[in-house]
Amino acid sequence: MATAAITAERENYLNREYGIRSWLLTTDHKRIALLYLLSITFFFFIGGFFALLIRLELLTPAGDLVQADTYNKLFTMHGQVMVFFFLIPSIPAVLGNFLVPLMIGARDLAFPRINLLSWYLYIIAGVMMLHCILTGGADTGWTFYTPFSTAFSNTKVVEAGLAIFVSGFSSILTGLNFVVTIHRMRAPGMTWSRLPLFIWAHYATSIIQLLGTPVLAVTLLLVVLERALHLGIFDPTRGGDPLLFQHLFWFYSHPAVYIMILPAMGVVTEIVPCFSRKRIFGYKFVAMSSIAIAVFGFLVWAHHMFVAGISLYSALIFSILSYLVAVPSAIKVFNWTATMYKGSISFATPMLYAFGFIGLFTMGGLTGLFLAALGIDVHVTDTYFVIAHFHYIMVGGAVMGYLGGMHFWWPKISGRMYPEFWGKLAAMIVFIGFNLTFFPQFILGYLGMPRRYWQYPPEFQVLNVLSTAGSTILAVGYLLPMVYFLWSMRYGKLAEDNPWGASGLEWTTTSPPPTFNFDRTPEVTWEAYDYANIAAPEEAPVEQ
Amino acid sequence: MSEPIVPSKLYVGIWITLLCLTVITAGVSFIDLGPLNTVVALVIATFKALLVVLFFMHVKYASEKLSKMVVVAAVFWLLLLLTLSMADYVTRLWS
Amino acid sequence: MSNSPIAVEQHNPALRHHFADMEQQRQASSLGMWVFLATEVMFFGGMFCAYLIYRYWYFNEFAAGSRSLDIWLGTINTAVLICSSLTVALGVRAAQMGKRKLLVVLLLLTIVFGVAFLGIKGVEWYTKFQEHHIPGSSFSADNLIKEYPQIRIDPSHEQIFFSLYFAMTGLHALHMIIGVGIFTFLTYYAWKGRYTPEYHNPVEIGGLYWHFVDIIWIYLFPLLYLIDRKPLK
Repeated sequence: MATAAITAERENYLNREYGIRSWLLTTDHKRIALLYLLSITFFFFIGGFFALLIRLELLTPAGDLVQADTYNKLFTMHGQVMVFFFLIPSIPAVLGNFLVPLMIGARDLAFPRINLLSWYLYIIAGVMMLHCILTGGADTGWTFYTPFSTAFSNTKVVEAGLAIFVSGFSSILTGLNFVVTIHRMRAPGMTWSRLPLFIWAHYATSIIQLLGTPVLAVTLLLVVLERALHLGIFDPTRGGDPLLFQHLFWFYSHPAVYIMILPAMGVVTEIVPCFSRKRIFGYKFVAMSSIAIAVFGFLVWAHHMFVAGISLYSALIFSILSYLVAVPSAIKVFNWTATMYKGSISFATPMLYAFGFIGLFTMGGLTGLFLAALGIDVHVTDTYFVIAHFHYIMVGGAVMGYLGGMHFWWPKISGRMYPEFWGKLAAMIVFIGFNLTFFPQFILGYLGMPRRYWQYPPEFQVLNVLSTAGSTILAVGYLLPMVYFLWSMRYGKLAEDNPWGASGLEWTTTSPPPTFNFDRTPEVTWEAYDYANIAAPEEAPVEQ
Repeated sequence: MSEPIVPSKLYVGIWITLLCLTVITAGVSFIDLGPLNTVVALVIATFKALLVVLFFMHVKYASEKLSKMVVVAAVFWLLLLLTLSMADYVTRLWS
Repeated sequence: MSNSPIAVEQHNPALRHHFADMEQQRQASSLGMWVFLATEVMFFGGMFCAYLIYRYWYFNEFAAGSRSLDIWLGTINTAVLICSSLTVALGVRAAQMGKRKLLVVLLLLTIVFGVAFLGIKGVEWYTKFQEHHIPGSSFSADNLIKEYPQIRIDPSHEQIFFSLYFAMTGLHALHMIIGVGIFTFLTYYAWKGRYTPEYHNPVEIGGLYWHFVDIIWIYLFPLLYLIDRKPLK
């Protein structure tokens, strides 16, 4: 075991160069990942702040905390910041950027300078969005529906739209980098069927980013042009079709939810085998299901428009397709469960998050099937049922996957162990807080409480109060990792190369890795998830 | 380096073909073919695009299939967007 | 060791050090450009979708608007871009063969064709401005209503046609301008002798981008200019 003195002297990507220039002009994918980590955490707290204000308002049935117009801005900015500035980049830009080259045995991504450009575009978009928020924000809902957004809203629609337009290019460039890297830069012997499933998940995610985001970009551009020049493309009084906007918007925004969930699924697929000491069950199925989700995900978008005025026949088609898209996700859940069967399971923090993910994602996914049924959707669409459904997937799923991944790879990223007791405690607080916040919302929606309303009938108050209470607990759960991750960078136990006894090339190099990742290019001769031949860690993670 | 060098005569031949097709497509538009006008115009445009992709962009000579797959994927996704959207508009007045 | 082919390649000044060798670098940059062009297909695709739907709904107005475009200038512009694609293809070939001067000439010719296209487009747009066909507060379809009494024209639907016309040709022109910018850089570096038979990726991938912009126009031309040119009864 390395002593503190030797490890501290060894050159790695963190201590190679100091100073702000070495960070702001870096092309090292690992440093860029950390730049992203800081930025998306910042926006997570902005989006979370808006969420808390929403929940505060909803403590009472009357609209008494903020005015109705302000409330519209709150849920709009919450949605836009969380979706475009936190969820979409989160795992790919932080964990993906850090790990993709390491996992395939490469020295960096294919286009390191474009990677840095990607981050700068994100920052520019972020500044634009911040300015938009600080000067009043938009009130159209994150969905920008026309003609309200183009003809009637008096708020900063153009600025919000342009900010998201710029952030879209950041996303596209990340996807481009990953696809080319995975195709062209795998180490000798790293065949497609030996790739970690995290890579397959990010490959599928990148396909969605590449083929979907441009449509959102051009749609937002049309909204901006219409608003600025009064064109009439989406104005029904002048022959425009508001549904055209919705078709174009959802063509991206539905696959966007798979951008948010696929990487988290990739994380879970790395964690579960490690903490079951067993290779993943059904590697090919998991890999192919990622691709299937990416493809099928593009075929279902109008299920967001069932009551908007599309034809009944196209609604039928989209409903059937929406049922189909659940199948590959279910396949993954079966594979994770089968992996754990007769495995040697340990309950380190990453595994707690993985368990949380599997349960909560399944609930969120199943409620999606409720929504895909046309008859049920008529009753629950635009209610809190929908809100609960997507928060189960995006928060119970994606955010838990993100946190699980951050804990799992923290030793590799920082060279330190986080404190295991606090990790477990935070995971439990997040789980409890999450369920208390969002489960009542399923009931509220089913009982008929509409979404985006700032006041509600008094009979809904108890459930709303429970939800708000849950949100404060959830907030504590999210703050804790921030605190102890920072703490661990100074005081955490020094990490070995492979503290979890995990498979994957990233664990064969030092924690933290050197700037060029490997001392010598790896040559892969073994299959992925080779847990039969990997020793379990000498000691279980110590609780401090 | 691994790309073969295409003879300039071939490029010139493709160029002339493209110019001829342009003249044809413009000329045919003045003839009344009913709904076929649109079909003919798009078929000619697609043929021109194929010539550019296969020969000028070297897809015909590419050693690996990857660039072909990228082209096919892009076209497929575009058609997805167009057909599934149109499916709504075309069937709106059916019931 | 320093004279072996591998060592020479590893010391090629154009090799970026995260790549194992020049071939990997070439393949990566080529794939990168192809993937980028796929995103561009979807970027323009959104507008093609809007076009498709409104042409389905408002065929008359689309037909009238199409007739008001100058078919001669449109056809000439299409020919100009086709010529520019030829010069690009021949330019890549010149780079493959190490013919520096020929490469520079062909790149310059490409830029000339590109600027010519933009000039003609500018003339067309100016004509539209004079006819009050630019969408916005000054838009008027009166001259079309007068010119084509056989076609039922709703002015706001006509404005939708012209909104899409300007959005699509505008986006295309923006890509042309970027293309001319890229080729200006390529011409400068080519003149400086940076491109050799072993290393001319930028010319290749710049060429791919240019051909793509040409292909977009190959579709825009019939879709905008040739909607309905049948003689009116």
